[in-house]
Amino acid sequence: MKQLLGVINLDHELDHLNELTYFRCGAAVPFASRYRLIDFVLSNMMRAELESVGLFVRRKYRSLMDHLGDGKSWDMNRKHGGLFILPPDWNDPTDTSLGDLQHFHNNLDFFKRASAKYIVHSGSQHINTIDFQELYSYHLEKGADVTLVYKKIDHLEPEHDPCLRLEVDEDGNVLNIHHEKNHPNIYMEMLIMEKELFLEQVEYCIAHGESYFFRDAIQKRRDKLKIAAYEYTGYHAVINSVASYYKNSMKLLNHDEYTDLFHDNQVQTKIKYEAPTRYLESANVSNSLVANGCIIAGTVENSVIFRGVQIRKGARVVNSVVMQKCVIEEDAVIENVILDKDVQLSRERILVGDSKRPFVIAKSSKM
Amino acid sequence: MKKKEMVAMLLAGGQGKRLKGLTKSIAKPAVYFGGTYRIIDFPLSNCTNSGIDTVGVLTQYEPLVLSSYIGIGSDWDLNRKNGGVFVLPPHEREDGSNWYRGTADAIYRNLKFVDQFDPEHVLILSGDHIYKMNYNAMLQYHLERKADCTISVIDVPLEEASRFGILNTEEDLKIYEFEEKPSKPKSTLASMGVYIFKWDVLRRALLDDGEESHSSHDFGKDIIPSLLSKGKAMYAYPFEGYWRDVGTVASLWEANMDLLSDNPPLNLNDPSWRIFTRNPNQPAQYVAPGAKVSGSLINEGCIVRGEVKHSVLFYGVEIGEGSVITDSVIMPKVKIGKNVRIHKAIISENTVIEDYMEIGTDRENEDEILLIDNRSKKRKSVPAKTI
Repeated sequence: MKQLLGVINLDHELDHLNELTYFRCGAAVPFASRYRLIDFVLSNMMRAELESVGLFVRRKYRSLMDHLGDGKSWDMNRKHGGLFILPPDWNDPTDTSLGDLQHFHNNLDFFKRASAKYIVHSGSQHINTIDFQELYSYHLEKGADVTLVYKKIDHLEPEHDPCLRLEVDEDGNVLNIHHEKNHPNIYMEMLIMEKELFLEQVEYCIAHGESYFFRDAIQKRRDKLKIAAYEYTGYHAVINSVASYYKNSMKLLNHDEYTDLFHDNQVQTKIKYEAPTRYLESANVSNSLVANGCIIAGTVENSVIFRGVQIRKGARVVNSVVMQKCVIEEDAVIENVILDKDVQLSRERILVGDSKRPFVIAKSSKM
Repeated sequence: MKKKEMVAMLLAGGQGKRLKGLTKSIAKPAVYFGGTYRIIDFPLSNCTNSGIDTVGVLTQYEPLVLSSYIGIGSDWDLNRKNGGVFVLPPHEREDGSNWYRGTADAIYRNLKFVDQFDPEHVLILSGDHIYKMNYNAMLQYHLERKADCTISVIDVPLEEASRFGILNTEEDLKIYEFEEKPSKPKSTLASMGVYIFKWDVLRRALLDDGEESHSSHDFGKDIIPSLLSKGKAMYAYPFEGYWRDVGTVASLWEANMDLLSDNPPLNLNDPSWRIFTRNPNQPAQYVAPGAKVSGSLINEGCIVRGEVKHSVLFYGVEIGEGSVITDSVIMPKVKIGKNVRIHKAIISENTVIEDYMEIGTDRENEDEILLIDNRSKKRKSVPAKTI
């Protein structure tokens, strides 16, 4: 779909995942045994065959850059277009732009060079499997200036609190955008609009000393725009806290959730050349997701195990998330724990967190 | 082209008839192994890990899967500006068109390919063995002895020696005789089909052999004996690691089973010697509540609800509740229903096994490895025969 230009804007995403975001931005947090949060939006964009994708980053993006490389894993290493990682380095003394508008202003060339007529804007905290082509058709059909994507949530959870809500009429037009906590229509931080209109809005906002594209160009000026709403009904998870990270990781052990996320939607990630996982004679695994390259001799229950993890004989991993290359020695026990990458847990060590507030162990710790 | 010290030529044209249904539509080197690999991943990864960046892959039988699998070689880091991997099928020339008549003929017909890199040495490999080997260490050995040809050998039990090409050597491992499958072997040094030749020596020998009308154009039968008779300096290079010829259904099954012990003789988890492969990019494997998995190798994309014991599962395999899989190799995207019993079998790619099927549980011949694909699925509760 050469008509679409992808914009992934990480500017306003707060790194609220404590230990997991000490050294990386939220988009680079590992999720679902072998992915990082950014993989889901990038894979959606890949499936819709967008011409180019610009990724606006500001802080702690080293591990994100390492993960993305030249975009090959998402088929975005192209002669024309492909993946552009756009960090905020720019020193124009006359530049008066603020907030995420600064990104757009500083990278006008990225927008102008692309032949695509429409932009699709997204963050990385809402994990979903949206079909951008369908969104595009819907947008054209509605003849709207902007189409916003929302998900109607039956049971609101604490992680939905920071999300904006859309009030939508029967014809799918947005009546209001607000923060009322009990409203079920969660704005998924995804929108589609014509590129020219987008750039006009950016210019206007900068001229008026504004700083935040969505708030100032869309929310505040909603009377001046025809705003449509697109209801997304597939898999959806918001990852904006340790609690929501843990809860949604555990939810993937429910087979319906796993199927919703992965069935028919190939999610791409950086390739690691790991061997298949080896279960030793003493292994005892149930209700768990396990990536490749692991060697499992112990017990694993209700857990999410990333690539290259070693769980030795007698060790027990229960209700936990164990990231890449962790080693859990003989007879160690973890329960309700999130171990970040490369954690080594020595023999007979016991760590028990609370199911509501899991214990998080920072990257490369030796315990 | 920049001059290369050594170019590898990988013989991947064979059909591998003894692998039966597994090579019905793919060449032997493309056959699956070890839960995620194809056989050819081993020599290709050995090249990459040994610092050899120029590899010609000689194909003939059913090349499509193999050549699309190799692609531009990026999975093995062989997508290079100078060098890289090249798939070399037989081609028509001014003097006519011919299939490759033998292993030596395949190289003979690609002299121009090798010549463009002007290498000092050529490494000849075959695409049907499972092993991890540092070819660079072998090259150093070859250089130290100023050899014209170095042949990698493995010590085999005397009673098995007559299945191999056997090298008879002096004490310093200088070869004086080569016997192809001797009935009374004089030594236990079996050729692994890994040769390093000085390119100018091999080039001359290939040109002579190419003219020879009653030659079978084979390295073992023609080139090596002829070089020996000319008194060339030929040495055996002893290799001590794990090496398996996986040319038959039984040996392929055995080599898969070798990966399942608690300390397998072939370590696939060594970060300093990775085996690279085309990644199918599947979500993590899911082991359901009530499932039992032990002594097994399982790839991503599998969903296990039953019991898997001492078996190898490739990607995308689904195993239903109540099913028990033992001592088996299940190839990619096989769907196994509920309450199925499978024992000592290889189930080939994309096969669907219906609920309550029993395969290999009531066998007469314990040594036989059953090979099952979609055509043999109708057999219920009876041991399906090898096809």
